[in-house]
Amino acid sequence: MKEILEILENDARASIDEIATMTGVPKSQVEKAIKEAEDKGIIRKYKTVIDWDKAGEEYVYAIIELKVQVERGTGYDAIAERIAKFPEVVSARLISGDHDLSLLVKGKTMKDVAFFVAEKIAPLESIQGTVTHFILKTYKQDGDIFYEKEESKRLAITL
Amino acid sequence: MIAKRVQQIPSSGIRKFFEMVIGMDDVISLGVGEPDFVTPWPVREACIYSLEKGYTSYTSNWGLQELRDEIAQAIISDYGITYSPEDQILVTTGVSEAIDLAIRAITNPGDEVIVVEPCYVSYSPCVVFAGGKPVPVATDSSNHFKVTPEQIRDKITDKTKAVVLSYPNNPTGAVMNKKDLEAIADVIVEHDLIVISDEVYDKLTYDGKHTCFASLNGMQDRTILLNGLSKAYAMTGWRIGYAASTPEIIGAMLKIHQYTMLCAPITAQMAAIEALKNGREDMLAMVKEYDRRRRLIVKGLNALGLDCIEPKGAFYAFPSIKSTGMSSEKFAEKLLKEQKVAVVPGNVFGACGEGFIRCAYATSRDVIKEALERMETFVSPKS
Repeated sequence: MKEILEILENDARASIDEIATMTGVPKSQVEKAIKEAEDKGIIRKYKTVIDWDKAGEEYVYAIIELKVQVERGTGYDAIAERIAKFPEVVSARLISGDHDLSLLVKGKTMKDVAFFVAEKIAPLESIQGTVTHFILKTYKQDGDIFYEKEESKRLAITL
Repeated sequence: MIAKRVQQIPSSGIRKFFEMVIGMDDVISLGVGEPDFVTPWPVREACIYSLEKGYTSYTSNWGLQELRDEIAQAIISDYGITYSPEDQILVTTGVSEAIDLAIRAITNPGDEVIVVEPCYVSYSPCVVFAGGKPVPVATDSSNHFKVTPEQIRDKITDKTKAVVLSYPNNPTGAVMNKKDLEAIADVIVEHDLIVISDEVYDKLTYDGKHTCFASLNGMQDRTILLNGLSKAYAMTGWRIGYAASTPEIIGAMLKIHQYTMLCAPITAQMAAIEALKNGREDMLAMVKEYDRRRRLIVKGLNALGLDCIEPKGAFYAFPSIKSTGMSSEKFAEKLLKEQKVAVVPGNVFGACGEGFIRCAYATSRDVIKEALERMETFVSPKS
């Protein structure tokens, strides 16, 4: 199972046929394993990593750090789950250190992002403070390096 | 003007074919005998750090003590045999140098050295350069390119000094298991021979565990074990290999090494230390990926009607092209010209490689798939 997931994590388009060949596991079993992983939510979804800068589409991303006043009984989950529902929030995580929650927020412009934070997040009762870091450039995302494709410089034929 | 010994080696006919490949722009290559991975970053980073710290000098002729310690440790943990890093391990400039040193250290003029073929191309020329006589032994696909004790025994004369073994094998991908090798060991003892065992592909063993020839009962003192970091750690260009054997043999190899090579580059030795210390996970991940590609290409080649035994090691498939009626070279040349796919003709690796081609699968899955599609058009063109 782990190997099938590893293959799919790197190449969501790998076919059942190919995975079966590469792992030596029968096709029907591969199919069953994938179905099971999908049903259990182990496979969350199949996505494509896109370099939007290269596509000429301008998006603004910011990392927003939040200081939270924890509510009695519900802990961080209630406020985090509430914030995570906003479509602007790409990811939301509980973190250790000076701040409590870390968000990745996506918008069309810096103003979009700033207003989102000012109007939707900061006013929430349990939010004690926010720090916004706009992302200027992405070097690596989801394990993929964006700045250069590193290829072996080997000759076309050697013994 | 040129020494007879050198003239004796025919200038390689394959050169022309190689130049054709290298001169072509959009060739899809299954012809590369090295990993397509770049050396893992932590290893490169360690090397850069060593340069920043000023490690730019010669090292001991033996190689850095720390590297020899790591090598000795790796051999113990992989194969349970002990070599003293003080006088039984020599760091060389790639396994290529170690092959030359090993052969020169033990070969007297007229001595015969048995070379099991198909195999990497340098063993026989090195024997000739050393004044010896290479004696090829042909293995065949019906026995999965394993060599049998009878095949070796047949070639033994009173001049036989050594046998060169290289499993997992380039170009066939064959491996020999413990039992296979023990049968060979009996012949070695019986005729008082030395084995030069090039095990540079040992980590690239896919089914079961590699058996180190020196780990067989009584074989450590009769074996010159050669290995290096090129294939397992994707470090071909760094040129780090090593030899392990008795103090007597390693001492003799050192004598040649100190006057011809002096030492392996310190920068590469520093990188090798990092690879052996912390590179295991990266190495295992690469091996796993080769294994996936191996299954893809073997299935693909067999589906094309190019019969291919399952390679159990290294990163080569060695399918038969006999069904096409072409010679290996003809097949490779035509395939290159018509479909721009590069493979290496099997006869390059010894006469018994005729009728086969070497397809390296140390290349991306996309390349393998594209190459198989083009080969399909080549072997069964749609009319």
